[in-house]
Amino acid sequence: MAKLELRGVVKRFGDRTVCDGIDLDVEEGQMVCLIGASGAGKSTLLRCINLLEPIEDGEIFFDGEDIAVPGLDPQSVRARIGIVFQSFNLFPHMTAIENVMLAPRRVRGKSRAELLPEVEELFARFGLADRMHNYPDQLSGGQQQRVAIVRALAMQPEVMLFDEITSALDPQLVGEVLDVLLMLKKQGMTMVMATHEMGFAREAADKVCFLQDGRIVEEGSPEELFGNPKKAATQAFLARALK
Amino acid sequence: MTKSQAAGQTRRERYEAQQRRRSLIIAASSTVFVLAALVLLVPLAPGWQKVQLSFFNGEVLLKTFPKLLEAFRINVMIFAWSAPAIAVLGLLIALARDAKSPALFPLRIFGAAFTDIFRGVPVILTVYLIGFGIPGLGLPRPWNSPYIWGSLALILTYSAYVAEIFRSGIDSVHHSQRAAALSLGLSERQVMRDVVLPQAVRNVVPSQMNMLIALQKDVSLLSFIGPVEIFRQAGVFKSLLANFTPYVGAAIIFLIVTIPATRYADHLMARQMRERR
Repeated sequence: MAKLELRGVVKRFGDRTVCDGIDLDVEEGQMVCLIGASGAGKSTLLRCINLLEPIEDGEIFFDGEDIAVPGLDPQSVRARIGIVFQSFNLFPHMTAIENVMLAPRRVRGKSRAELLPEVEELFARFGLADRMHNYPDQLSGGQQQRVAIVRALAMQPEVMLFDEITSALDPQLVGEVLDVLLMLKKQGMTMVMATHEMGFAREAADKVCFLQDGRIVEEGSPEELFGNPKKAATQAFLARALK
Repeated sequence: MTKSQAAGQTRRERYEAQQRRRSLIIAASSTVFVLAALVLLVPLAPGWQKVQLSFFNGEVLLKTFPKLLEAFRINVMIFAWSAPAIAVLGLLIALARDAKSPALFPLRIFGAAFTDIFRGVPVILTVYLIGFGIPGLGLPRPWNSPYIWGSLALILTYSAYVAEIFRSGIDSVHHSQRAAALSLGLSERQVMRDVVLPQAVRNVVPSQMNMLIALQKDVSLLSFIGPVEIFRQAGVFKSLLANFTPYVGAAIIFLIVTIPATRYADHLMARQMRERR
């Protein structure tokens, strides 16, 4: 049984269909990359998995349990699936450490003192030990994004979703954030990421899915998909993206 | 290359310094001109002598000023207990209007009706209706005091406005903040309390400062139902001395309080604009 199984996921905004029957399996410890043009439905799909968007049709199985059942309390699911956004979305009125501790304190019911050792360890591991008490606007984009990753990790999620997390960064800051992802992969984290970083997807992903118009047009190992794409749409996209 | 001249200034810096000197000279001379015109021309008006005697009478001002200042303490007092009540009630109304659970639907209706009614009725009418109406029920002392019911009228009216400002503050927090907080597993309530409200309140501080300034002035409306605050006291002096100068004195006292407050609110507003950019 896969960690995450999507079956026929449909998401509409009004009469616009953004996800049009998506099937996807994510095995435990796998890193799956979603690629495709802007508007193909990558970000929306991630938001649906995290239950930030209710889906119109289909099922999402998380450890075998259908979490897309209408009426299910989304809170407990969200606490087990972390998501990191393109625009960081740190809370500007809190320091980095307060950002990270908020959810564990409120949801896991821990005190600051109880959390301090594990949170300090996280900050240190991601090279942010001296940034814990800075406010988001005192941090660089790359640092903010790493704090956002730490914030999601502090909830000890079983799956992490990344929504084009390097798209808003200056080119020289992209590397430091991608390094963090490689580290997580090594630790066995299950990850799904929407990305425009083709080089990274090719190097690090276990599976790559090409999306167009809300469907997965083609999926496979990075070698297959980048080396020998079968569908004309995939070839056209890659020709443009890798130019 | 251009740095070689005049104390290391670039030609841009020299140009800008020259422009600054120029606008300073123009501003100063036009100000002097307008002031001189006012000082020289106004006394030429036929009624100036009379106006000066009845509105700007130094002797009357000196005599009444201490008493006016004392009466102003009542304004400050009413302001001091009304303002916190307005902040709390305004916030509660704002939250009531955003309540999502169906069980709280009556609260939403109540919140909407409250803001509609109290924003729709002139303050002075609310002061009259509540200030005369409720003591008219024949309540025993001290419950018939116009201080209580007049303050309540101000609290209700201002809460309606303050609630709307809080609501605009809540709307001003970007929805991605909510999404980020929800994605961490926080409940709607926790998201509101820990993430949205702190930012919303901070965003509307300058607007709420302006409401405080308006409230400080509107406290004077209570004079119509009894309390001898500064406006009423000035009226008493006017009748006694057959002179309008006490009103000018009252205006001066108000300005001493409101001008710094207004400047401060503007300063906060300007700082916020800079931060947003």
